[in-house]
Amino acid sequence: MKAHLMYRDRDFDLGQEARPYEEALVADLELPTLFAAMSRGDTWLTEVVRKALLASSVEVDTILYRQDILKDCLRNEAAVREMYDLAVETIASVRKYYLGRLARYPGWVLHRSVEGMEMLVDMLRRLRGLADQHAAAFESEGFRALFAMLRGELGDDYFATVRHHLKQLKVHDRVFISAQLGEGTKGASYTLRREKAREGGWLTRIFATGPPAYSFQLPDRDEGGSRALSELRDRGINLVANALAQSTEHIVSFFNMLRTELAFYVGCLNLHGRLLVQGEPLCFPRPSVPAERRHSATGLYDVCLALKLGSRVIGNELQADDKDLVIVTGANQGGKSTFLRSIGLSQLMMQCGMFAPAQTFAANVCERIFTHYRREEDVAMKSGKFDEELSRMSSIIDGLVPNSLVLLNESFAATNEREGSEIARQVVTALIERHIKVVCVTHQYEFARRLYAEDVPGRLFLRAGRLPDGTRTFIVTQGQPLETSYGEDLYRQIFADDDGAHRSSGSLTTRGAASK
Amino acid sequence: MPFQSILYEHGRADTGDAPAEAPEYFRDLNLDQIVEGIAAGKQEYELKPFFYDSLKTIEAIEYRADVMRDLEDERVLACVNRFAASMRLMREQLEQSNKLYYKYQKERWFLHAVETYCAAVRAINGDLLELKVASRGLLAFRDFVANYAGSDPFAFLLATSSTIAGDLAKVNYSILIKGNGFTVRKYDSEDDYSAQVAHTFEKFRQGAVDDYRVRLSSSVEMNHVEAKVLEFVSLLHKQPFAELDEFFVRHQGFADPTLMRFDREIEFYIAYLEYMSRFKRAGLRFTYARVSATNKAVHAQEVFDLALATTLTGTETEIVCNDIDLHGKERVLIVSGPNQGGKTTLARTFGQLHHLASIGCPVPGRDAHLFLFDSIFTHFEKEEKIENLRGKLQDDLMRIRAILRKATPQSILIVNECFNSTTLSDAVFLARKIIDRVAELDLLCVCVTFLDELATSSEKTVSMVSTVVPDNPVLRTYKVVRKPADGRSYAISIAEKYGLTYERVKARIPL
Repeated sequence: MKAHLMYRDRDFDLGQEARPYEEALVADLELPTLFAAMSRGDTWLTEVVRKALLASSVEVDTILYRQDILKDCLRNEAAVREMYDLAVETIASVRKYYLGRLARYPGWVLHRSVEGMEMLVDMLRRLRGLADQHAAAFESEGFRALFAMLRGELGDDYFATVRHHLKQLKVHDRVFISAQLGEGTKGASYTLRREKAREGGWLTRIFATGPPAYSFQLPDRDEGGSRALSELRDRGINLVANALAQSTEHIVSFFNMLRTELAFYVGCLNLHGRLLVQGEPLCFPRPSVPAERRHSATGLYDVCLALKLGSRVIGNELQADDKDLVIVTGANQGGKSTFLRSIGLSQLMMQCGMFAPAQTFAANVCERIFTHYRREEDVAMKSGKFDEELSRMSSIIDGLVPNSLVLLNESFAATNEREGSEIARQVVTALIERHIKVVCVTHQYEFARRLYAEDVPGRLFLRAGRLPDGTRTFIVTQGQPLETSYGEDLYRQIFADDDGAHRSSGSLTTRGAASK
Repeated sequence: MPFQSILYEHGRADTGDAPAEAPEYFRDLNLDQIVEGIAAGKQEYELKPFFYDSLKTIEAIEYRADVMRDLEDERVLACVNRFAASMRLMREQLEQSNKLYYKYQKERWFLHAVETYCAAVRAINGDLLELKVASRGLLAFRDFVANYAGSDPFAFLLATSSTIAGDLAKVNYSILIKGNGFTVRKYDSEDDYSAQVAHTFEKFRQGAVDDYRVRLSSSVEMNHVEAKVLEFVSLLHKQPFAELDEFFVRHQGFADPTLMRFDREIEFYIAYLEYMSRFKRAGLRFTYARVSATNKAVHAQEVFDLALATTLTGTETEIVCNDIDLHGKERVLIVSGPNQGGKTTLARTFGQLHHLASIGCPVPGRDAHLFLFDSIFTHFEKEEKIENLRGKLQDDLMRIRAILRKATPQSILIVNECFNSTTLSDAVFLARKIIDRVAELDLLCVCVTFLDELATSSEKTVSMVSTVVPDNPVLRTYKVVRKPADGRSYAISIAEKYGLTYERVKARIPL
């Protein structure tokens, strides 16, 4: 029995090891903000949504499968939350019946397992009840399959069989086992057997010559013998106790899986409710296969910024179909990083089957998603920082496969512009030629200018908006790279009353045509 | 000639057993540590004497080196290792049999040992026919095993043991435990109840689950209830137990002595190969030296002190390799230079190389041409002893004189820091005299000294100097060279270091 609400044909693997670059992705895209809104602080939910977002799917089919289930959830929120709560309750109750790893008596293992199994069977019966009650209201393939399975597998006769076994296992005065000769003629392959019913009435049994048998009765006060016999008995019970304990664990795993997979959708419901209150638009994105180059959106916004501010934020339009390189230049604090983040977040959300933070959104799925953001400035160790930046880039390249997405935010800036631009140009060109989609925010004019001048199709150049008086619009539009990032604006703004005293001007000054 | 030994082609019959004591030079050259490391974990084989026993003919060395080469083929090594593991198991089983009390248990463990033995013989016979071996030693052994495995006594042992074991394996019985008693019967195809329970819950199967079977202690010995059960079982199944009784009496002392000797001696090679592989993993190299009995040109590259390397593996410290070269008339290496610079290490290495080559083992380094010595003499500084009435200088000279009397032109002499208990001019004078004697004898010699003056003695001597890092003389390189190495600055672009050029990036991403 499987839940299969995340994949049509397999379980959602929560135990998957974190990939080395996930850390960076979480930090660069400010994912904790998103996790918090989805989990409402519940640590279990946080764990699940984190895994679901980071283990994003690359199957268009799976994405659509989840979208349908999510639509069902939005329509039947109460029923979905009820099922989730039942699974949570089951897992909480199970702890009472936990068998330590150091259990020493098979009889005890059997006793605890019978009790645990009785509780689980009760929960299964309640789950079937929910399925009977709500099945009609659900339309998605995933939910319909789940309900059909619950009703098919958990019939009344099945519950009767289980009850019979549990009753049998509570009493064991006769233990019947078979064995073979193992190493050094010690008994081996002990197996608990079911005694055959004897044929005929008691008269027949007395006068029939049965198979040869040898019996032995321990003398009284032979304590060693008693202990030895009870060990032998334990060997028989041991196996059936194990079988039952393992069955218990399997049922627990089923509830666990149900709880895990529902948790993802409960997280989506939580986020949906929150954004709805803020009046932010949401849409179900249209995914296409990795080999295509699709990327178009309207009203695309940074969902983490929206969650942080608690109010509506400015959305952008993006028309990057058939592009494999997007370069964003322009004003400092003009919304470039926010724009880049909105691209990363919407891609991740789409790939795990969620709605996207936009009015409309369509994109090809990407095999893997990487971010390379400039880390905090550390002037004292300029060379060490450049080293660190390159080492991070190198490990990204180790993880790349074609049709991945790489988001670069001011990469290679920890050296002088000439060298930085040259390395950036070489790396980015190679990436594109290996079919990696690159979105790149940069201040390096030399780098952006050269790529622009090459005039190769498939490249899109965007600029963060700035009005002639220096005000930022936070809107990103198409436009060729300009030789300034308007840092001077920012400088002027910050140092307005502080004429000439510019200790930290080194990091803010820009070259070229800024108006004095 | 029939196969006798995998270490000595002629069985070492002429000179008896390998020596029990290490040669005198072992301690000075740290060869004792090396052998200790090689033989560690293999005490049961008593391998040390084989490592003490330097061979005196090129032929004997080659006999071993060829076997060693064969064993460098992982498949050959694996085959021999499997045999060794089986023999160990067999010995344990026999020991177990001796210890047990109940008759059938004793006899069954004996049968286990025979089964192990037969399987091992058949396995190694089959493996050797499949594998490519080229050494005289293993080829002769292969023939020996094939012959033995095809012999009548072995065939009989194999057939009887497997029949009885097969019959015993077919014995199935059941026990009904009720209250304080039990009944034993033949098994009658009763249903497995655990399987029925498991089957009922099969539909919930998710993935791997814990094993909840309680670990019921199970000793090899039986308690009296088990013994009683076994007694009943033997009454229900009389035939196989009667056969077991007879087998036990008839086949005591079944193992072949030549095979047992092989089992011990082959460990010489395995131990060395295992020891060597540690260093190979660390990137160090080994080579089979070309040993000459006539040519005193000694030449080897990237050599290192194996004892030092043993203590350094596992640490971050890099092991420094050196080159050695003596050609033409050159016989004596004069090693001087700063302290702690690797001088003594180089001298020890010189001796180790020669000893290891003489027992047929690959030596640390590459492209090694070494000399077949009759003896190695070492003269290392000794602690001054109170009871020794002679002064230290006198003692040094006495020891040197004794050595020079015993040495022949085929000998090797290694001298470490002698004469440092006298004045400089004395020391130079004495050392020169000694070196003259050495040259006269035409000995191969390494002389570690703080006396720079010795470096330019004659056409027979070569000077080597331990070096320091030019920028920072406090740091030692542990390189000992004929001339100082050039410091090389490595101003390579960082991007290149990280593989971030256009070409490298493209090459690193799969298509």
